Amino acid sequence: MDYFLELFFGGLTRGSIYALIALGYTMVYGIIELINFAHGEIYMIGAFTGLIVAGVLTTLGFPEASILVIALICAVIWSASYGYTVEKIGYKPLRGAQRLSPLISAIGMSIFLQNYVMLAQTPDFLPFPSLTPQFDFMRPYSAIMNSSELVIVVATIAVCVGLTLFIKYTKLGKAMRATAQNRKMAMLVGVNVDMVISATFVIGSSLAAVGGVLIASHIGQINYFIGFIAGIKAFTAAVLGGIGSIPGAMLGALVLGLTEAFATGYVSSDYEDVFAFCLLVLILIFRPAGIMGKEKAQKV
Amino acid sequence: MRTKLHLIVLCLAMVAMLAACGSEEKKADEKADVQTGEVAPAGKLVLGVAGAHSGDLASYGLPSVNAARLVAAKLNAAGGVNGMQVEVVAQDDQCKPELATNVATKMVSDKVSIVLGHICSGATKAALPIYLESRIVVMSPSATNPPLTQSGEYPNFFRTIAPDDAQAALEVSFAKSLGLKKLAVIHDKGDYGMGFANFCKQFIEADDEMEVVLYEGVTPGAVDYSAVIQKIRSSGADGVIFGGYHPEASKIVSGMRKRDLAIPFLSDDGVKDDTFIRVAGEFAEGVYATGPMDFSTNAIFQEAVAAHKAEFGSDPGPFFPEAYSAALALLTAVQNAGSTDYDKVIEALRTQYVDTPVGSIKFDAKGDAEGVGFAVYQVQDGKYVEIK
Repeated sequence: MDYFLELFFGGLTRGSIYALIALGYTMVYGIIELINFAHGEIYMIGAFTGLIVAGVLTTLGFPEASILVIALICAVIWSASYGYTVEKIGYKPLRGAQRLSPLISAIGMSIFLQNYVMLAQTPDFLPFPSLTPQFDFMRPYSAIMNSSELVIVVATIAVCVGLTLFIKYTKLGKAMRATAQNRKMAMLVGVNVDMVISATFVIGSSLAAVGGVLIASHIGQINYFIGFIAGIKAFTAAVLGGIGSIPGAMLGALVLGLTEAFATGYVSSDYEDVFAFCLLVLILIFRPAGIMGKEKAQKV
Repeated sequence: MRTKLHLIVLCLAMVAMLAACGSEEKKADEKADVQTGEVAPAGKLVLGVAGAHSGDLASYGLPSVNAARLVAAKLNAAGGVNGMQVEVVAQDDQCKPELATNVATKMVSDKVSIVLGHICSGATKAALPIYLESRIVVMSPSATNPPLTQSGEYPNFFRTIAPDDAQAALEVSFAKSLGLKKLAVIHDKGDYGMGFANFCKQFIEADDEMEVVLYEGVTPGAVDYSAVIQKIRSSGADGVIFGGYHPEASKIVSGMRKRDLAIPFLSDDGVKDDTFIRVAGEFAEGVYATGPMDFSTNAIFQEAVAAHKAEFGSDPGPFFPEAYSAALALLTAVQNAGSTDYDKVIEALRTQYVDTPVGSIKFDAKGDAEGVGFAVYQVQDGKYVEIK
């Protein structure tokens, strides 16, 4: 039972990590039906920004708690501006084009950003300081979870709740739902669609940046390639849960994280990816739109 | 006609450019001018050098030709070996087994006394039976395939480089010296890491007092290794051996330490890298890693490199120290044996130490150089320190 619990909490952490990144995928898809492949790179840029800001603040001798907050804010601003720019340069001019063009553009953006960071920073792995508050659990709980994992899980829950409330109760949220349902109609009734799409990219990128800083702080190392692998897994999670649906992304991420953890624990980590993708195939056979997806998806 | 002339001029210009570009490699090439089919004159000691001297892998083979020439020049200047002048005859096998057999046949018919080579394991394996039939001693600076010596099929074969499994053997014997009994062997599913982990597993299983309680591959780049770490804990392992590179190693070791899992962590030369210490930070402290022995402070090595610079005007290439050591060991053995007699030379190689760039060596019964290869290092106060 203890072993089961340990694996469960490990899977929960992993699922939370995927969820933080998957939300951005799913929001953008919900609004403009585009898989934003550059999203993983936005997450990576958030992590790099956090590292640079934390480095500067540490040398200036700021207190630890403020470093985390300022690093998060800077990473959010920086990543959000990247997300906004990527949409304006890479996707907006292709809005009327056929479905494949923006997809290729997204892949191009992803490769460009990866190489840009590689050349501007370094191809090496960089150590990432522990920015999250450190506290020790008492034994035996210390074996099950540590503070950085708890922070990630709590942050993910907070972000999801906040996002759901935001979509439900604010004016911008309403405009987003309207745009998702029918872009043309929303335009006709006076919704500023361009602004809504930009806002979606900004919010999705901000979440990725929060994820970037917290996850890098938990893992302890970053390089220019982290966005690719995390992005692939998060995208899988989003599809699993039903792309375009926010609770779906969370559920999909949790299911994926737990599957990987239990596959590792009870079978072998050699096969964790095999299990994860078998699950994806199985679920898509029975529910082609994902767990929470509806055939005509009730997006966002 | 004019266009033809232009073309010819253009071709010439391109060739000239190529020649200008192929700087150091080219120079070494010219020096190691591969003679083929030269029959050795009598009264000379002929040292055959076989390996890839052209083609893709030439950069691995040519340094050994240079090394052999340097050693021969040095010994000739001191009066030769047993009064005979040493002559180096090079033959090119391009690292291809089918060419290697031709080379070996040629060496035998040219009455070569001893052979330095071959470079690649496959070519070496193909050529060895031919040398064995003619009772010629062969020493490779670079063929690391374990069975070449361990199968016992080629008593005429020696090498100055550690075999592929030597690192794993050292790792396991070191783990044993730490008193570890139950080991978790983890790898990164890659060729290098998995190969190393496999050898470790074999050696642990061959030992009655130790067992492998967990053998698993992790996915490089995954966001979280906590499940594997829980598995290590529940397996009851008292030590972890990891085969792979530093990014995964630092994730696993920091994850273990964060979860109060303080068992020793041992790894390979993919982890014996200062980046590992930088990235893993405080968690790197106490980690063991095997790595190649450091012979940069060896006086003979420094002398050999200086001689290479003086003679060829460049830094030596890969396997140069091993090749220099092999040439030295072979010729010294002939000197010690007093003749090129097969049995006497082998006897000398196995019993008498020779000072070489890779250290003071003699060879074991199977043909591997004793004391060559790897050392264990431990991270102490943020840097790797060799554990004697």
